[in-house]
Amino acid sequence: MFKEIELDALKEIGNIGAGNAATALSMLLSKRVEMRIPEVKVLPFDEVSRLVGGPENMVTGIFFRIEGELAFNILFIMQPADTLNLLKIMLRQEKTELDLTALEESALKEMGNIIASAFVAALADFTRLSLRVSVPCLAIDMAGAILSVPLSLYGYIGDTAFLLETEFEEGLDDIKVHFFLIPDDDNAFKVLLNTIGVRASDGNNSSGDGRI
Amino acid sequence: MEIIRVGMGEYKTAKAPALLVSFGLGSCVGVALYDGAKKIGGLAHIMLPDSSLTGKRDFNPGKFADTAIDYLIAELRDKGANTKKLVAKIAGGAQMFQLKSENSVMMIGKRNVEAVRKKLNQLNIDLIAEDVEGNYGRTIEFCCETGELTVKTIGHGIKIL
Repeated sequence: MFKEIELDALKEIGNIGAGNAATALSMLLSKRVEMRIPEVKVLPFDEVSRLVGGPENMVTGIFFRIEGELAFNILFIMQPADTLNLLKIMLRQEKTELDLTALEESALKEMGNIIASAFVAALADFTRLSLRVSVPCLAIDMAGAILSVPLSLYGYIGDTAFLLETEFEEGLDDIKVHFFLIPDDDNAFKVLLNTIGVRASDGNNSSGDGRI
Repeated sequence: MEIIRVGMGEYKTAKAPALLVSFGLGSCVGVALYDGAKKIGGLAHIMLPDSSLTGKRDFNPGKFADTAIDYLIAELRDKGANTKKLVAKIAGGAQMFQLKSENSVMMIGKRNVEAVRKKLNQLNIDLIAEDVEGNYGRTIEFCCETGELTVKTIGHGIKIL
């Protein structure tokens, strides 16, 4: 697993990306957006959905697959009320039900696209890695079902979930957008650490001293 | 009545009248095995098709179709079930996001379902009911008293298998 200095470095990478993403969201909505300092979390697979209201809670998920020199997944999760509020800001239409039209789905996907791309652009710029962002995918369903996709991919090598997590918050209308970065494997984070000169410890060298 | 929760990558067994429950299955597959004569049931919440891809020797067997079902059967045997009389019902294996990827990583639900069917077939366990694939999440409840598997969804109704 990762040492303290490596976790700090990952948080800082997350912070740079998320800062860029928050700025992009703020410009899109023309509203002030705040973000929490990203956290690296290691927790049981089942606990992840509790961060967004439990496995059966209905949420909106916007998913991106990132491929290239790193493989990972980005997932935005929003509660129904926040989804409707976002649509109100973007499309200037009142809506009370989550039966979305094609235009509304498209608006949410595009919002996701703008934030995810801002995050990945900052990451690529900072690390000099070549990364590709997939087209956005949207699902409105149980939180557990939506999270199961990226969590399972990490499950090939991990018995617990390992992710970078933060939240964007638009204060005026109290809209929260939850951000998850879930790697395919530990290697993605190791490559990240190597590119910025923090040596990632591996199983054979537990005494490897991380240095910047 | 006792309600036993089976989380991602877990498998659990119980006797009537207990209920075995998995919440919010997406690409995961829930595999219920049942000895109806003794009213002993088991539920595995499988995440991935094949343990050979893990590259690790020490892993949780409950995650993979090829290992979880073996462990579930062993636990059913320990609880007193007749493992020659087991029948299976499965649900889940959805494709939550319609994304075309370069490789098959995004088809994980379908691959999970295929791996479970193959494993059950190898073990000569009859698959008597299934509600699989699609693009929506499912919560499943297996009743050890009746052997019924109840599948609940958001917007796609409730099914009893």
